[in-house]
Amino acid sequence: MNSPKSSTTWNGPAIFVENVHKSFGEVQALRGIDLVVERGKVLGMLGPNGAGKTTAVKILTTLLRPDKGRVLVEGRDALRSPAAVREIIGLAGQSTAIQEELTGRENLEIMGRLYHIDPSTRTKRASELLERFDLLDAADRPAKGYSGGMQRRLDLALSLVALPQVLFLDEPTTGLDPRSRLGMWEVIRDLVSTGTTLLLTTQYLEEADELADEIVVIDHGQVIAAGTARQLKNKIGGDVVEFEVVDRERLGEAAEAVGSLSEAEPQIDPESSRVSLRVGDNGSHSLVETVRRLDAIGIHTEDLGIRRPSLDDVFLALTGHGAEEPEQATSRSRRKAGPRNR
Amino acid sequence: MTVSEMQPLEALHIPNPPAAKRFKLGLSDAATLTHRDLLVWFRNPAFIFFTIIQPIMFVLLFRYVFGGAIPVHVPGGYVNFLMPGIIAQSAAFASFGTAISLARQLQKGVIDRYRAMPMARSAVLLGRLAADTLRLTVTVLVILGVGYAVGFRFNNGVLPAVIMMIFGVAFGVVICTVSAYVGLAIKDEESVGSFGLVWLFPLTFVSAAFVPVQSMPGWLQAFANNQPVTIVIDEMRALALGGPLALHAWQSVVWLVGIAAVFVPLAVRAYRRAN
Ligand SMILES: Nc1ncnc2c1ncn2[C@@H]1O[C@H](COP(=O)(O)OP(=O)(O)OP(=O)(O)O)[C@@H](O)[C@H]1O
Ligand SMILES: [Mg+2]
Repeated sequence: MNSPKSSTTWNGPAIFVENVHKSFGEVQALRGIDLVVERGKVLGMLGPNGAGKTTAVKILTTLLRPDKGRVLVEGRDALRSPAAVREIIGLAGQSTAIQEELTGRENLEIMGRLYHIDPSTRTKRASELLERFDLLDAADRPAKGYSGGMQRRLDLALSLVALPQVLFLDEPTTGLDPRSRLGMWEVIRDLVSTGTTLLLTTQYLEEADELADEIVVIDHGQVIAAGTARQLKNKIGGDVVEFEVVDRERLGEAAEAVGSLSEAEPQIDPESSRVSLRVGDNGSHSLVETVRRLDAIGIHTEDLGIRRPSLDDVFLALTGHGAEEPEQATSRSRRKAGPRNR
Repeated sequence: MTVSEMQPLEALHIPNPPAAKRFKLGLSDAATLTHRDLLVWFRNPAFIFFTIIQPIMFVLLFRYVFGGAIPVHVPGGYVNFLMPGIIAQSAAFASFGTAISLARQLQKGVIDRYRAMPMARSAVLLGRLAADTLRLTVTVLVILGVGYAVGFRFNNGVLPAVIMMIFGVAFGVVICTVSAYVGLAIKDEESVGSFGLVWLFPLTFVSAAFVPVQSMPGWLQAFANNQPVTIVIDEMRALALGGPLALHAWQSVVWLVGIAAVFVPLAVRAYRRAN
């Protein structure tokens, strides 16, 4: 462990975090976090307000020192050689860091200079990024006049000026309207297709599901679940096959015909004339089988389909509280933390 | 794979670039940020107001409204007495912008972004102070221009006049280092705006800036006579109008260098820890 190698090639994971603790006075923001992200993958860090997401991102980007634990980014030790980590990362924090009086292009130009990129390359790169993020039309207007979505895109572009190997995005879509959020997702998907390793925090279950290869759920400074979206969903019982019976009279008959496919009692809702089956991992097979059996006895259905349990269900199962009620979830740590000035 | 199942990982060893290279890059970063601040100012009407209009207003107010009521014993009368004081006062209050801007950058996450980049720790501060130097030079020249129009005259030669202007700018920059520290330490734009710089009022008004110290009550004189603003203003007055230079000269230099030597490291430390 003690003989330092001068090699700059790294075969380990892009992000490696081991047993990281961080307290702010009384508040334990992180209580022993482990993370591994392979190169080129997207890790979604999901958690309610005050879970410790921003604290984790700040530690990974060398803005905070952990009280305890180990942090490697592409093999570079964030505690012992933070300068080396800063060379290869990009960060877009929870609030945008653009200079509003300056135009989009000027913002990018200044970032490029601060990264010591030579003039012709940075000019070219600024244009490329403006085009890629759909900001060309607004490129030479002061960023003050940009919409929220445009400012976010510019902020993301700023974090990409130096072509970082590992990118950190802290709640990249918080505060955006649904359309801008979809636009942002597209941009992020496009970005990871070029091979950048990405750690993204979010409070939106849907967002982690859409963008991340792997998800860690954190709550009160601890990882309470980790895995792919699929694995997390399977944790609480796999897929659901659901359909509506056109002829209400035959609802019971339909449920009986397909009942053996369900791991639990089929759920019958007479009001909407719907039947739902919990089919575990056998989703598509069960779907086909359902169609076949109902067809065989001549029952007509509508809106027949397979649905995964939502990550909302997962959150509820894991923490005992829904992800959308952060107040309850964090009131304890919040009260201890007292007023924050940031 | 979970962390506990993994082979122990050995971190890469990446040496820091040599000090000379870091120094060069640091200067380049500071220059970039100076350029950024200048660009921002040129787009901002408030900046024109504080740099140019407000000092002009102060010159006219003191010259014509208060001037008649304040007896002074310097060649050329009150307008000559006033000019070094108003330069020092305007330069000191110009540091408001420094404190507010740094607090805002901190609050908005701009500084966090810079701190996560391979950038010199002192670049934001140095860049800002360099931009402030240019801004203060403009302010001092504007004040002197208006001063000339309303009767002020240097009557001690060209070289002392130039040194006097340099003192004015240097004084302003040194106060900016204090304000930079205040802005970075308080971290909140609104608090900085409302009480972060109250210390400037006693410092500039309980001084020889606008009235002779002898006109104050005795207990105030003790403070007024021995505080840096009076010492610097007396030196500027001697340079502009003639009079004994040497004593105040070295005292002024010691004060200015001393204040900067304390507050620049404090500000850099606050920047580094800003969180
Ligand atoms: N600088 C600080 N001083 C004191 N307490 C802090 C500080 N930063 C964070 N905390 C506390 O640490 C805990 C974790 O905060 P953190 O900002 O990491 O949460 P988060 O998951 O990013 O939440 P959000 O979704 O609201 O951004 C919270 O209880 C918070 O109040
Ligand atoms: Mg956060």
